[in-house]
Amino acid sequence: MAKVHFTSNLRRHVDCPSVEVVASHVHQALEQAFAKNQRLRTYVLDDQGHLRKHMRILVDGVAVKDLEHFNDAVQPTSELWVMQALSGG
Amino acid sequence: MQKRILVSTRKGLFELGKAAKGWAVKTASFLGDNVTLALHDPRDGTDYAAINHGHFGIKLHRRDKDKKKWVEIASPKYPEKPEGLVDKDGWGRDVKWSTQLIWALETGGPKQNGTLWAGTMPGGLFRSDDRGTSWHLIETLWHHPDRNKWLGGGADIPGIHSICVDPRDPNTLRVAVSCGGVWRTQDAGKTWIQSAHGMSFDDGPKSEAESPDAQDPHMMVQSPSDPAKFWVQHHAGIFKSVDDAKTWTRVRATPSSFGFGVVVHPKDPNTAWFVPGIKDEKRIPVGGALIVTRTKDGGKTFKSLKKGLPQKHAYDLIFRHALALDDTGRKLAMGSTTGNMWVSENSGDAWNMVSGTLPPVHAIRFAN
Repeated sequence: MAKVHFTSNLRRHVDCPSVEVVASHVHQALEQAFAKNQRLRTYVLDDQGHLRKHMRILVDGVAVKDLEHFNDAVQPTSELWVMQALSGG
Repeated sequence: MQKRILVSTRKGLFELGKAAKGWAVKTASFLGDNVTLALHDPRDGTDYAAINHGHFGIKLHRRDKDKKKWVEIASPKYPEKPEGLVDKDGWGRDVKWSTQLIWALETGGPKQNGTLWAGTMPGGLFRSDDRGTSWHLIETLWHHPDRNKWLGGGADIPGIHSICVDPRDPNTLRVAVSCGGVWRTQDAGKTWIQSAHGMSFDDGPKSEAESPDAQDPHMMVQSPSDPAKFWVQHHAGIFKSVDDAKTWTRVRATPSSFGFGVVVHPKDPNTAWFVPGIKDEKRIPVGGALIVTRTKDGGKTFKSLKKGLPQKHAYDLIFRHALALDDTGRKLAMGSTTGNMWVSENSGDAWNMVSGTLPPVHAIRFAN
C-alpha cells in the first residue's frame, strides 16, 4: 500500500498521522487521507480544490505536476509527502 | 461593562485585563500564529478569532462564553468558480475565488442571535446564522458587475474591511471596500448600490479621482447614537456623511488627514478619533511623534493628543482595526506595527503604554 505523510507543522493544527492508501493516482490518495479528517482538506486545498499556493506534494521525492486534478501516478509502494514550503525568516 | 481587550497580532491573540497597575496581558492564545482579527459577541458572550496560517489558509475559531478552549469552525468559503468564467479585478487580473483574508467580522443585529457578517479578500461578503458553523457568500454583491472595477489598495487584491450593521434596522448594511467605495443594502443583501458619492482622491484624472467605485476608504464607522452619521478614514483624507452615507464631504485635520483607523463616540456623533500618518507614501507619524487626533465638533476642529505617547523617533503605524473605543466612550486602546500598545482612560487626553514588546498588532477590540 502507498503511504501519505504530513509534516509536523501541519499536524500542529489538524490531526493527520501518516495513512496507508490504495491508490493509483494522487487524487485518490488524497481523498482517502481526507476521509479520515475532513478538516485536513481545507488545510491542503483552497476553496476551489486546488493545492494551496505554498504547499507541495511529493511522490517518491518528485513534486506533483498536476496541481488542480492531481492525476500524477502513484505506485503501490509509493511514499507521498504533503509539505508546506520552507519559507520565511 | 467591557473588562477585556482582545489584541490580535502577527504572533498570537493576547487578552488584556485590568491589573493593580493598569492593563496587562492576562492570557495568550494561538501563540506563534498570525491572528488577524477577533470579535466578541455581546449577545451571547462568544469570542471569535480569525487566523491566517499562510501555508494552510484562513481559519476561524470560536470560544464559548466562560470557556477556555477554542474550537475551529467553518471559515467563509467561496463557491466553485464556474468553468470558463472570465472574472477580472480592476487591474485586469484574474480573481481567485478563495478566501485570502477575513478582513472584517461583525455581529448582526441585537435580536439576530447567531448572525455574523464577514468581509474578506478578494471582496466577498459572507453571512452566518449559526455562530459561524456555516457561512454563505452574498452572491448579489459578488456578482454585481461593478465588483470587477474593484482593485487592491495596499494589498494586491480588493477586500471588505468595514461592515456597519445599521442599529435602526439590521437588514440595512453598509460595507467599505479597499478599493471599491462604500456599498449599501437595505434588504439584507438582496440588492446593493454604490454609496461613496462625494469621496475623492487627489491625484489622477478627475473622472477617476471622483469615481465612487475607485475610492479607497480605509475604515468606516457609523454613529451608534445618530446612525445617519458616518466617519471614514480614507486613503486621501477624512470624510463624513450626515445623510445615511449617501453623500460624503471632506474634513481637513491637522497635522495630517492621512491614516487608517477611526472610532466614533457611542453617544456623540460629532466626536471621533484618528491616528494620523504623514501621507500614503510616508506611512509614519508626522515628525516621528505619535499622536491621536480628536474632533468634538464634527470635524471643524481637531485636537492633537500626545500625553504619554512617544514624541521622538516613533515610527509606529496603527492599522485600521488597531484603534478601539469602549462602549462608554472613555477608554481607547491602540496597538502598532512595531508591537507597542497604549490605553487611555480619559478619552485620549493621556495614554499609558501597556506593552512595548508585542508582535505587530493587527487589531484591537474591547470585550465584556
